[in-house]
Amino acid sequence: MLKARKLVVIVVEAGLVTRLARDVMAKGAKGYTVTSASGLGPRNQRAGDLEGGNAKLETVVPEAVATEVLEMLKTNYFPHYACSAWVSDVQVLRDDRY
Amino acid sequence: MDILSVAVQNLTSAPVLAFGLGLLATAIRSDLRLPEPIYQAISIYLLLGIGIKGGVALSEVSIAEVGMPILGTLLLGVTIPALAFFLLKRIRKLSQVDRGALAAHYGSTSLVTFTAAIIFYESVSVSVEGYLTTLLAILEIPGIIVGLLLATRGLKRNVPWNESLREILAGRSIFLLAGGLVIGFLTGNIGFARIDEFFVALFPGILTLFLLELGIVAGRRLSDLKTSGFGLVIFGIAFPLISGSLGVLTGQLTGLSLGGSATLGVLSASASYIAAPAAVRLALPEASPGIYLTASLGITFPFNLTLGIPIMLQISTYIESVGL
Repeated sequence: MLKARKLVVIVVEAGLVTRLARDVMAKGAKGYTVTSASGLGPRNQRAGDLEGGNAKLETVVPEAVATEVLEMLKTNYFPHYACSAWVSDVQVLRDDRY
Repeated sequence: MDILSVAVQNLTSAPVLAFGLGLLATAIRSDLRLPEPIYQAISIYLLLGIGIKGGVALSEVSIAEVGMPILGTLLLGVTIPALAFFLLKRIRKLSQVDRGALAAHYGSTSLVTFTAAIIFYESVSVSVEGYLTTLLAILEIPGIIVGLLLATRGLKRNVPWNESLREILAGRSIFLLAGGLVIGFLTGNIGFARIDEFFVALFPGILTLFLLELGIVAGRRLSDLKTSGFGLVIFGIAFPLISGSLGVLTGQLTGLSLGGSATLGVLSASASYIAAPAAVRLALPEASPGIYLTASLGITFPFNLTLGIPIMLQISTYIESVGL
């Protein structure tokens, strides 16, 4: 009954989350969840200190989409921005939604 | 009044002292912060309040009166970032992109510095034309655009103009300022009389609260000074004196009063730390926030708040006395 999917979690400086959401959708995700986040990373230097830290974007996608999203992060986000991402296996009901 | 007593009066005003208290809080590693939603609410209050007051003032003057100052301000908005970009060449370790990012910040302006100046000038009985807010809104934008253009000149890459301009124009600074100007303009003195308790009487007190938070945020930037280098500190203090003098001069030449010219000086001297960082972060990812935020928020903002505001008044007094 349950189908396998990938959960991609991306933490990025808050000012970039609109752009990131657009990029993730463009890679084929069908939806996402954004929550505000705070923490510490190796770079620990970002703009928008006044605008409240980081945002965490989560999206559940097929493996192929997850790979594309990570490739996109590798070229467009990791070199310049405070950004962190990881992928894990999840199982979903209603797999046509993800 | 001599410059020393004006400076002392500014330094001992409640908003400036609250800023100092915020710095102290960071220095002793206090966990004091204004809660984020309150910070947001206060910044909306300040932006809208400043906008409405400016709009009311604008509804009472003729286009002929504001035309020249507006033209002068546009000229400043283009000249100041170009000047900053050029002068920053003297700091060798800065890349072109970092220089452009700094130019965008110094070309744009700071609402809080402006507000503190207005409140201080009023407290020493120097009147300021109410429509200076219009000049504030005008000066916010061109500097950022010129800075981004200079940063990417000759580089093989595109600025995401759509996204960056959207960030500037639809960001709450410009939206609320411009929206407030329209509200004030339409409602006029009669409409404003119904809300002035909220937007005038409470204003200095709420600004004091805001500056406490800004002191905390600026204090955090101070620790970056060690890595940013001596050249940047010199720039952060010397450049506002240059750009500020240009602003005062422009004010006097375009017919602003003593206080109005001093305020245009403060506008020119101040560097953005809200609108510009957001736009620069999107458009120039290689530029280091450790450089541009430290300079604008850690060095220039405290300098202007404490010394720049009285100095601009002094420069304005001097220029008026030599009769330009």
